[in-house]
Amino acid sequence: MTGYTLSDSVAAQQLADDAWSTRAGAAIPEYGVPSSFEKSASRTLSNPKGEPRTQHARTPHHLLNGTFTPNGLHFVISHSGAPDIDPAKHRLVIHGLVKKPLAFTLDALGRYPTVSRMAFVECGGNSAPLFSNEPVQATAQALHGLVSCAEWTGVMLSTLLEEAGIDPKAKWLIAEGADSLALSRSVPVAKALDDAMIALYQNGERLMPGNGYPMRLLLPGWEGNMNVKWLRRIQLTEMPGMSYYETRTYAPILPNGKAYQFYFLQEVKSFITHPSPGLTLKGPGFYEVSGIAYSASGRIAKVMVTADGGKTWAQAALQEPVLSKAFTRFRVPWRWDGGPAILQSRAWDEAGNVQPTRAEVIAQRGTTRAAVTNAAAFPSQHYNGPTSWAIERTGEVKHVYA
Amino acid sequence: MSTHDFIRLVALGALVLGSTASAQSPFDSAQGKPNLGTPISEAEIAAWDITILPDGSGLPPGSGTPSDGARIFATKCAACHGENGKGGSAAALVGGRPLTSGIETTKTIANFWPYATTLFDFTRRAMPWPRPRTLTNDEVYALTAYMLSLNKIIGEDAVMNAQTLPKVRMPNRDGFIARFPERMP
Repeated sequence: MTGYTLSDSVAAQQLADDAWSTRAGAAIPEYGVPSSFEKSASRTLSNPKGEPRTQHARTPHHLLNGTFTPNGLHFVISHSGAPDIDPAKHRLVIHGLVKKPLAFTLDALGRYPTVSRMAFVECGGNSAPLFSNEPVQATAQALHGLVSCAEWTGVMLSTLLEEAGIDPKAKWLIAEGADSLALSRSVPVAKALDDAMIALYQNGERLMPGNGYPMRLLLPGWEGNMNVKWLRRIQLTEMPGMSYYETRTYAPILPNGKAYQFYFLQEVKSFITHPSPGLTLKGPGFYEVSGIAYSASGRIAKVMVTADGGKTWAQAALQEPVLSKAFTRFRVPWRWDGGPAILQSRAWDEAGNVQPTRAEVIAQRGTTRAAVTNAAAFPSQHYNGPTSWAIERTGEVKHVYA
Repeated sequence: MSTHDFIRLVALGALVLGSTASAQSPFDSAQGKPNLGTPISEAEIAAWDITILPDGSGLPPGSGTPSDGARIFATKCAACHGENGKGGSAAALVGGRPLTSGIETTKTIANFWPYATTLFDFTRRAMPWPRPRTLTNDEVYALTAYMLSLNKIIGEDAVMNAQTLPKVRMPNRDGFIARFPERMP
C-alpha cells in the first residue's frame, strides 16, 4: 500500500472489528518476512532462471521510503550467479607488491577493529535507459533500480594493507572474487587507503549471497562493479590489470567514437520516487514529493524540486543525518491542482558538484540513434542527469524529457 | 560550564592521562596491531594467481596457433559463441561496426578491446562458462590466437606465447580517455 492508492471510502464506513482483531494472529517465524500484502515490494529480475548470462535484480524504489535498502531488496548484478561459499573455507589473500603476503580467514577478520558506515552502491549502468533519444516508459525501479544503500560493517582495508606492508612501487590493487568468473577489477591504492572496507555485514547481518557473502570490497561512492563481491584475492601491482570488465564492459562509448575508461565515480544524482510511474495520484490535493539523492564526492548539500518542468523551484528538506556517500532522502510538500505538472529534482553535493541537466549530459555523452524499447538495455553508462515525471489529469505518472 | 565543573574536568583528564601513561591497560590501543593474517608464500597462492597484466606479466609457459584454436573452439566454445565465433546465446567474437556508429554500438574484440592480454586473461579465468579454469595454458593460447586471427589482427599462422601475445597491437588501443585523470595513479 502506498499513499497514492488509498481507497476514497475509508472514512465513510461504520467502523467495526475485522477478522484479524477477533482472534490471535499467526505464529512468529524465526526469520521475518514482510506482510503478505506487500508482495509487490519485490525486485524485478532480468534472468529469473539463472541462464548463462548476467542477472540483474532491481530495487523497487517507488515502494520504499527512508534511506537504506532492506537486504532482500538490495540490487544485485551478478555476471555468473551467486556462489554458495562455505565461510569456514573462504580465504582472503593479499599478495603481490607487499613485504609479507598474508591469508585471512573470516574468523581472523572478525577479531579486527570493525567500523560501520552507510554507503550507497550503484552499478555504472544504472539509469542507462535515459540515454534513449525518446523517454522509455518504465518505473523508477526499472530506470534506477541498480542503486541501493546499506549500512556496511567490516574491517578497513588500510589496516590489512598496513599489516602486509605495501611496497612503494605498488600503485594499484587488483581485487578478485571467488565466483566462477573470478571477476577482477583494478583499484588505485589511494582509494584503498582512503575509505575502502572489507565488508562483512550488511544492515547488521552477514552479507547476502548476491551481495558478496562472506566478504566484499566496499569502495564508497565508486562504480558498483569495482566493489568486488566474494572477495578472495587482492594483488598489489604497478599497473592496472586491464581486465575484461574495466576495458570492455564498464567503458562507455562517446559520440566521437572514443570511450571513457576508469570512470570510478558515481557522480551526484537524484530522482523522485514519490510520485513516480505506477503510483497514480487519486485526485487533487496534498502529496509529499520525495526521492533520493547521493554523490561519490561527499554529502548532499541541497536538492531543488520543480513541479512545472523547471520554471520554478522549491528547496526540499533533507532527512538528517545527511551522510557522505550515502542515500539522502529529500522531501517537499506539494499541492496538486489537478492540472498537468512535470516533477523533477536536481541535487548539489558538498564538493560543489551540480547534477547536470539532461541537455548537458547528452551534449557530452550523446544519445541513442534509435529509441530504446527495452528498459533493461544498457545503451551507455553513468547517466546522472535528472528524471522528469509528468502528471496527467488522470493522475497517471509518465516518464518524459523536460 | 561553571568553574567548579571545569576544575573537575581537568582533574578527570589528568586521571585518565595518568592511568594510560603508567598502567598497562589491556584497552590501550597502542599495545599493538591485531596481526592475525597468516603468512603465505607466492608458491601457495599460485593456483589463484591468474592475473595477466597488459605488459605480459603473469603469462604462463605454453603456446598455440589459430588452427589449434579453431579445433578447440569447435568442441568447447561454439555451442554458445556460434560457429566460427559468429555469435549465438553468447556474444559474437568476430567483426563489429565502427565505434562512431553510435554510443550503443556493440563492443567487440575488433572494434573495442585495447589489450590482447585481456583475451588470454578472461578466457582462462572465466571460460568455458560451465567449466571455468579447465582449459590448459596451450588451449588458452590457441583460442586467443584463433580469436585474434578471426578478426585479422594476427596472421593465420602466428604463434601466440608469453613473448608474442603482449606485442599484439589491438586496433582500438588508443581509443580510451581516463574519465578522471587526476585520480589515475
